[in-house]
Amino acid sequence: MARITAGIGCSHVPAIGVAMDLGNTHEPYWQPVFKGFEKSREWQKENNPDVIFMVYNDHCTAFDASCIPTFALGCAAEFQPADEGFGPRPVPVVKNHQKMASHIAQSLILDEFDITIMNEMEVDHGLTVPLSVMYGEIPQDGEWPALVIPLCVNVVQYPAPTGNRCYNLGKAIRRAIESYDEDLNVHIYGTGGMSHQLQYKRAGLINPEWDNDFLDRLTTDPVGLSQMPHVEYLREAGSEGVEMVMWHVMRGALNDDITEVHRFYHVPASNTAVGHIIFENHA
Amino acid sequence: MEKDYEDIPGTFVFDADRSREGYHLNQFCISLRLQANRDRFQADEKTYLDAYPMTSDQRDAVLNRDWNRLLELGGNIYYTSKLAANDGINFQNLAGLMTGMGVEEYRKMMVEGGRPIEGNRYKSEWGEE
Repeated sequence: MARITAGIGCSHVPAIGVAMDLGNTHEPYWQPVFKGFEKSREWQKENNPDVIFMVYNDHCTAFDASCIPTFALGCAAEFQPADEGFGPRPVPVVKNHQKMASHIAQSLILDEFDITIMNEMEVDHGLTVPLSVMYGEIPQDGEWPALVIPLCVNVVQYPAPTGNRCYNLGKAIRRAIESYDEDLNVHIYGTGGMSHQLQYKRAGLINPEWDNDFLDRLTTDPVGLSQMPHVEYLREAGSEGVEMVMWHVMRGALNDDITEVHRFYHVPASNTAVGHIIFENHA
Repeated sequence: MEKDYEDIPGTFVFDADRSREGYHLNQFCISLRLQANRDRFQADEKTYLDAYPMTSDQRDAVLNRDWNRLLELGGNIYYTSKLAANDGINFQNLAGLMTGMGVEEYRKMMVEGGRPIEGNRYKSEWGEE
């Protein structure tokens, strides 16, 4: 059967992707960011999964204002990197484990999580930047070393799903994955954040104390953490910091007992605090 | 429904009310995601905007690139950033413009750790209602 062996939390700042695409990663501004992912890339090589279940959000790219699904599961055979206004990122097309994605969709709906099924979808930096930081530069005509099942979460129009809902969805995703009858190693990603505000006069807000407390509580108090009301994210972590609800999906899909094998925190990447953490499930 | 999130200074939370108000503005902005539309918009902005039934205030804010006004009129940053991208302005430089700090001073603030949370939680701390 398929099994989840690790969970990864990761910011998905678009400028990180741009720095990689333009070959600027050795500039003094970017060096500390990519240094923080050196250990992650080694770990990724040693533990490369068959399938990545990627929880991310679309930034008004694949979804315009006409249709705003709270949870949308990518069930297409593949997903093209989208043009977000500057031209598409020069990274490989993202390939799905389509049969497993369909199984997960069916399992989630019967488990009373009424998700939207996407049979065509482009993916933006929210999905491709975490792949890039974990795998390094891969040419456009190359291949990502894992299949990817995308779960797109609305965090643009208030309200995003609650942390509690996300945490429990993680548990349902785990049940879905573990009921899939193929021997597959699966990693689950929660992406976005950490503290950042991109808009209006408070733009540039960063709250390292809040961010590090969030990272700590993923291990020490994940259920309590999942109860945090939206207004606290918006006030303490910035209006775009509410992306952090997606990390609860990742955490909910893991065992109660986990081992933190890597953590990295850095300010800034563009407007944003970069947070990254790797958890292994206890065997 | 009570809006507990309204008491945050210098911030618009993009809720359903703002989404309704900004719908055509935001749909215009996202259309610029595609190169063919960027080409048409750049060739004749006013004619291109005629296809989107936004208010005259919204239309003026687009033509004047009044980034804060766009948000005040129901725009969302992930949409208005597509208009900025059309103009060659990235997220960080757009933030520099919206905060009134300018690009260089804003970038410096970010490198030095960003805007602190102290004094920036409640509207009363900014002397706002």
